[in-house]
Parts: sequence; C-alpha cells; structure tokens
Amino acid sequence: MNRFKETSARILFMGAACVCILAVALICLFLLVNGVPAIAEIGVLEFLSGTTWRPANGLYGIAPMIIGSLYVTAGALIVGVPLGLLCAIYLARFASQRILRFMRPAMELLAGIPSVVYGFFGLMVIIPLIRGVFGVQGMSILAASLLLGIMILPTIITVSYTSIMAVPESYYEGGLALGANHERCVFKLLVPAAASGIMAGIILGLGRAVGETMAVIMVIGNQPRIPAGILEGARTLTGNIVLEMGYAADLHRGALIGTAVVLFVFILLINILFYILSRKVRT
Amino acid sequence: MRAGADRSSSLGSPGSDRPNGLRRSRSSRGNRANRSSRGATASARLVRGTVYAGAAISMGFLLFIIGYILVMGIPHIRPELFEWHYNSTNVSLMPALINTLLMVLIALALATPFGLFAAIYLVEYTKRGNRLVKLIRLMAETLAGIPSIVYGLFGLLLFVTALGWGLSLMAGACTLAIMVLPVIMRTSEEALKAVPDSYREGSFGLGAGRLRTVFKVIVPSAMPGILAGVILGIGRAVGETAALIYTAGTVAEVPEGIFDSTRTLAVHMYVLASEGLHLNEAYATAVILLLLVIIINTSSTALARRMTKG
Repeated sequence: MNRFKETSARILFMGAACVCILAVALICLFLLVNGVPAIAEIGVLEFLSGTTWRPANGLYGIAPMIIGSLYVTAGALIVGVPLGLLCAIYLARFASQRILRFMRPAMELLAGIPSVVYGFFGLMVIIPLIRGVFGVQGMSILAASLLLGIMILPTIITVSYTSIMAVPESYYEGGLALGANHERCVFKLLVPAAASGIMAGIILGLGRAVGETMAVIMVIGNQPRIPAGILEGARTLTGNIVLEMGYAADLHRGALIGTAVVLFVFILLINILFYILSRKVRT
Repeated sequence: MRAGADRSSSLGSPGSDRPNGLRRSRSSRGNRANRSSRGATASARLVRGTVYAGAAISMGFLLFIIGYILVMGIPHIRPELFEWHYNSTNVSLMPALINTLLMVLIALALATPFGLFAAIYLVEYTKRGNRLVKLIRLMAETLAGIPSIVYGLFGLLLFVTALGWGLSLMAGACTLAIMVLPVIMRTSEEALKAVPDSYREGSFGLGAGRLRTVFKVIVPSAMPGILAGVILGIGRAVGETAALIYTAGTVAEVPEGIFDSTRTLAVHMYVLASEGLHLNEAYATAVILLLLVIIINTSSTALARRMTKG
C-alpha cells in the first residue's frame, strides 16, 4: 500500500513537472498549425519582406512591423541600457545603506507595475511633451522608445546589480592595492568581470521590449508603414496582432497568427542567447 | 536565498552584508588618491558624476511615474467608482475589481498545484544532471520569456475557439494559469532548495517515507517562500492585459458563470484610456491598480524575508 502511494505520488509530481513541456509544445503546435498555412499561402518571402500591409486588398507584408519592432527595441535599449547600468553600478558600489534599503523594494515594485499604467503615463505625459518640444503629433517611435526604455530599467538594474555584486571582493581590493582609485576599480575591474551577467540583463530587457504590447500601442500611433524618422508613427509586431485580431477572419487571421509565429521565433532566439549567457555566468 | 524572485527581480542580499569598515576605508583611500594626482581626480570626479547622474535620472523617472499617477488619480477616487453596476455615467470599477479577484483566484487554483508539484519533483525526486530536469528547466525559462500577446493568441486558439468556451472567465483564467506557472515553479523550487538537508535526513532517520517527508517536513518549512512565489504570480496576473483581451473579453459586468465574458481591472483601465472619454476615472483606476500591486509586492517581500530569517 505504502509502495503504491509513493509510486503514484512520484508519477503525479513528474506529470506536473511535464506540464511545462506540454504547455510549450501546445503553444508551438497551435501557432504553427494556424499560422504556417497562411504564411505558405501568402508566400514566405512576400510575407516577411512585403512592405505593404493592407488586408482589405489581400496585401500581407509584415516588413513595416518587423522594422517598427526593431526601431522601438533599439530605441528602448539606447535609453534604458546606459541609465540602467549606471544605476546598477551606483547601487552596487556608490550608494549608502540608507538609499539601498529604500531602493531595493522600490525596484521590485517598479518591475511589477502593470504595462497599461506605463502606457497611460506615456499617453498623458510623454506624448504632450514630444508634441510641445518638436511640434509634431506626438505618437511616435521616440515616445515608444522612451517609454519602453523606462519600462525595462528595473529589469536591467536588478540583473546587472546582482551580477556586479557577485564579483569577488578580492578583485576590488587587489585593484586598490595596486593604487587605483575607487572609480577606476569599479569600471576597470568589477564591471568587466560582471560583463556576461550584465549582457544577460540587457538581453532580458530586450525580450521585454520586443514582447511588450499594451504600453506600446498606446503611444506609437500604429500606422502600418515603414517609418521615415523617429518622430513618425509606426507599428510593432505585437501591436499588429492585438489591434486587428478582434475582427480578422480567414487569411487575415492566419496572417496575424503568422505575425505571432515570427514574434515567437524572435523571442526564442533572444531566450537562447540569454540561456547561453546566464550559463556562462554560473560557470 | 532568492525567494520572491522570478529570474529578473532579485536585488539579492549580498549588498547588505558588506562590512561597514570597508566602506570607510574606501573613502579615505579615495581622498589620498585625490591628493596624489590631479588628472586622475578630475576624471574620477567625472566618472563619479556620471554614475550619480545616471542613477538619479533612472530613479527619478521611475519614482516620478508613481508620484504622477498618485497625484492625478487620488482626487478622482469617488464613491460612484465603487457602485455595483457599471454604466457610462458612474464608470464604476467595482465589477472589474471583482472580476480581477475571481480571475486571479481561479488562475492560481489551477497553477499552484502544478507549479508546486513540479518544483517538488525537480528538487526532491531527481538527481543532478538528469536530462528530463534540464528539459523542464529550459521549457520553464521559455515559458517565462514568451510575450503576453502570444499567450493571448494561444488562449484564443485553444480555449476560446478549439474548446469552444467563448470569451470567458475560464478561458482567461486558464491562459493566466499557464503564464504564472513558471513564476510559481521557480520560486517554489528555490524555497524547497533552501530547506536544510538535515531536515530530510532527520525525517528519513525517523522512518518516514519520501512522500511523508515532503508533505510533513519540507513543504511546511518552505511555506513562506512558496507563498511569496504565489503572490508574485498574483502580481503578474493582476497587471495582465494583452493576454486577456481576446480570451476573457471586455464585458464590464460581474459574470453569472465561469463561461461568461469579463473585464479585469487592467483591461478596464486600457479601455478607459484608449476611449479617452473618462481620463479622470482612468487615473483613479490606475491608482487602485497601483495600490493592489503595492499590497501584493509588500506581502511577498515580507513573506520572503520571514523565510530567510526563520
């Protein structure tokens, strides 16, 4: 009886653990089964490199959205990475205990703020600001980049902070003993030693930025065309899905699911990169 | 121990146990460096200034967002917002609030057993270097990285269309359950790992089997950490929008059954903001949402701390 209980519990636990595998498999299956036929019907090249998205006329090119996503993500990294990295270095090596005690829970809170709240903030503050400064409509790649840059700050800060703190104290002390000052020790010894952890943080932030949906569609304008400048509106892959899924049918619907497949592939590549880097940190 | 953390949100503890003496000696050494060479001082000052400025700007941004929402929203929290039924005059957030609670409750009821059991399997039942374990970890990481809109689309394809549930509370909750599964699993795993081996040895030594050891000894002592993970999952579920729009829909009423369409607080907030007709109410809703997140986060941190102390 006892033997039976132990064995069935073991099987139960193992089954629960396999739910993760099942979930990923199901997600892949459903996306591929619903998305790939549509992509095939449109033509892979036509779908990926077509520059016009006009479902009413049967034109399904997602190149504008891919470029939009790239622009916005690059913009977010340009805004978020220097600030986040400097902030992590400050917290790790310059801040007093009092500030640390306050900032650590604050960072966790900020990581948990819902993206709609960020999006709403962007809509009410960043867009009027851009409109005022540049005299344009405001919904633009610039707005989305600024907002996403702020949104990925907590991620970059926490991961970089943790990896800088994980560098052995002896590095720092050795630097001091050789006559380098505090700043030099931090930037020439600790930061390079933590580089792969910092990269992992940046890639995690990158994944967030690529996958972010609601905050972005609230501030980017969502025009499905290749943007001419950062003050122009654009549309991201995520935005394309969420904006049109409500009323899409047939091939249009398939094309949107195909967009999700492309997005999923991007995310998988980013994840693999993250996985490799964080393994490097551990060893 | 890193309880209360998905893979990104852990400002780990090593900062706190840095000895104070080191800090003091560092600053005195800095002074000496200042005196010895002028060029180095100038560049050091520049570097220090940049670091301070970067930190101030990023913290400033983040605190400004919270402050701005609170200042704009709190004056607009009025009793009408909490009336039982939503209409376009009172713009009540009450149905959305109740829906959020229902949704989160169902999602967690689904995800917690799976997450916890999976963690138990990984920590208590497998040896190091097991192939299956590696695969499960990899899949959990993959799940954690999938954007919420992809979950939403998946939920739409599987629960809403293939299983024929329609836009419903249940479809939304199932989608959320898959989303929070990796969060709960990872934190539970960390919590179980933190239980000292002597507990296990003691329990086995007294003649208990593996199952009894797990449920009577290990899980109870890892409870605060597991709860912290569950609460983190709640936090993620409460703020979710993209995954719910096409699975749970946007009907602003308390549902009569689990297969009715509902609108959670975050979706409600999105609808208000994008319609642009009730911006004051949107601010107020944002405040309520923020308060929920703050409460959830504080309790998670408190539990995680109790875990590390106890």
